[in-house]
Amino acid sequence: MNEEEKFDSQNSLEPNTSVESGLDKAQTALLVEDRAADLVATDTVPTEESVPLDANAKTLSPGMLVLKRFFRSKLSIVGLTMIILLFLFSFLGPVIFNNWGEIQRDESGKEEIVTSVITVTNPDGTESEVVQVTVTQLKINSLAPPSLKHWLGTDKEGQDVFTRCMYGGRISLLISLIVVFLETILGVILGGLAGYFGKWVDQVIMRIVDIFSCVPTFPLLLLAGSLIDSLGVDGSMRIYYLMAILTLLGWAGTARIVRGQILYLREQEYMTAAEAMGLGTWRKIFRHLIPNVMPQLIVSMTLGLGSTILYEASLSYLNLGVKAPYAAWGTMINIITTDVSVLQNNVWVWAPPGILIILAVLAFNFIGDGLRDALDPRMKR
Amino acid sequence: MFKYIVKRILLAILILLGVSLIIYTLVRLMPTDYVDGKFQSQVSQGTITVEQLQEIKALYGLSDNSFWGIIKGYFQWLGNLCRGRLGTSFKYRQPVAQVISQNMWTSFLIAFVAIIFEFLIAIPLGVTAATHQYGTRDYVVTVLTMIGISLPSFFFAAMLIKIFAVDLGWFPIQGMADASNTGGGGLTYFFDNIYHLILPIVTLVVINIGSLMRYTRTNTLEVLNADYIRTARAKGLKESKVIYKHAFRNTMIPLVTLLAGILPTLFSGAMIVEQVFSLPGIGNLAYQAMMEGDIPFVMGYNMFLAVLSVLGTLLSDIMYVVVDPRVKLA
Repeated sequence: MNEEEKFDSQNSLEPNTSVESGLDKAQTALLVEDRAADLVATDTVPTEESVPLDANAKTLSPGMLVLKRFFRSKLSIVGLTMIILLFLFSFLGPVIFNNWGEIQRDESGKEEIVTSVITVTNPDGTESEVVQVTVTQLKINSLAPPSLKHWLGTDKEGQDVFTRCMYGGRISLLISLIVVFLETILGVILGGLAGYFGKWVDQVIMRIVDIFSCVPTFPLLLLAGSLIDSLGVDGSMRIYYLMAILTLLGWAGTARIVRGQILYLREQEYMTAAEAMGLGTWRKIFRHLIPNVMPQLIVSMTLGLGSTILYEASLSYLNLGVKAPYAAWGTMINIITTDVSVLQNNVWVWAPPGILIILAVLAFNFIGDGLRDALDPRMKR
Repeated sequence: MFKYIVKRILLAILILLGVSLIIYTLVRLMPTDYVDGKFQSQVSQGTITVEQLQEIKALYGLSDNSFWGIIKGYFQWLGNLCRGRLGTSFKYRQPVAQVISQNMWTSFLIAFVAIIFEFLIAIPLGVTAATHQYGTRDYVVTVLTMIGISLPSFFFAAMLIKIFAVDLGWFPIQGMADASNTGGGGLTYFFDNIYHLILPIVTLVVINIGSLMRYTRTNTLEVLNADYIRTARAKGLKESKVIYKHAFRNTMIPLVTLLAGILPTLFSGAMIVEQVFSLPGIGNLAYQAMMEGDIPFVMGYNMFLAVLSVLGTLLSDIMYVVVDPRVKLA
């Protein structure tokens, strides 16, 4: 074989190898999703005595590597534990502690005792002080401090704060999960199209993304909140409108990430190979490109969960999100905007939901940060 | 450079057009009787007459609700916008532009002081976290960062009020000045203002410092991995010289561009913090206006915010080229 022939044969081999590496990449990303399945696989492997070399090698699949790196960080474990506990608290909690309902008032009554000192002038001209005690019988047991009956006390409407925290978690967590899911779908489709087709498609989509990222998000959310008010939407339907608005104002970031990644991946050799194999556009985008964007996407989704909770809570706090009698964590804090005495004297009404918001957002941020480090192939620790 | 700036400005105009379309659509989605309902009490009190209300609505093209009426209303509003006429606020009964320009300085003052503290605290902490990567200091900074990012501003502000204003009584609960202080000016008034602004500024600093610290840390890490740092170390320079002379300057590049991008947005007002502390800033005014259906003010304010953020991106992109000679314009 002379030099030229050798060169040729090497060249002809190249597309083949790149196809393989391309598939490998796609599988790597998919493995990340299949964390649960991976865990089961490794649990069974070490129990067998004569493990073939291949099986040993398999325990360090890219997915496993990511998992290993994820669990090495203490903060990610803390975050994961916190989020599991919060989900149990919100979704299983109301089933176990069902003494009080979400909007059930404690109508056991309450005596409100007001004492005041009154100065009375006696017939002989001297003055003496009389303590006047007024006892008012209230119908509902409102603003009761924490006790065995109400673990975190009751709010102004006489509703159990502990119970409402659990129901509030359901709404807040669900809203953020659904919103981030929808945002991702919208972002992946639009970002994918922009990145893959380029040219005018890219131009049009990216200008729309530009517009949406320059929009003042929070004021527009407020505007949208008062728009829902003015349309007279029913309380239970309101949540769906909220989700739609949060999604519409939030997808631009995801689209930008996806587009940036795809622009880079599109030029990779394995895509040329996919082209050469005559794969369809749809298949190329969704089987070969999107899976490779997944690492970044998963990280931005987890971090997005936290920020969506914050947006929803802020909206509800200003009474433009979820409205009473429905409980959301932000809604439960709303009372301090209208009643300063609750802010000053009844911490148990507004502090627990606030702490829960912090915990939830913190947990998502810890997990997102851990995933970012774990998924970054350049990180060697 | 000139060509680049012109291109960017044209793009900015396109973006602003899009934003204006979104804002107008949202406002027009409101039912027609919404404004009437909101102003019912004012009309019945006689502070505003029905004719005045109709006149105002006609001015914004809010009275005609046919398809072409809406289109016409949009261009009418856009035309006024281009001529700098933001209209008259329903609530404050003053031209919107005037309300904004009078009150944005309060917001700017608070935000500006806060941003100075943020940079002063975040940069040293971010750099130490990066130079001691994976050490205790790094962990502490990371956790602090995370907590800062995760705090809901309204809740943190409420906690501060409860602890430091109500329980300890160190600071006033709300407002910009004592009721007894009628604003005669002078030093006492000034110090009273500062005294009232301490809690809001602390809130802003704690809420915003996290992302800045993380940004500094990431940038410093990136710089520390660069080849010229290895060269500096290979030359046998002292570690302090490597970090503070060679690395630090390059760390500052993205921070300066970030600062340029933030500067215009300091005028936009921190809506929630101002609302909790009831400060007379632009954010709180906008919130009140929004609650009362003051459509001209809300539309004007949102456009104002969009202009600020477009200006911010433009400034930071230009600064990027100015500060870093390695960057070539596309």
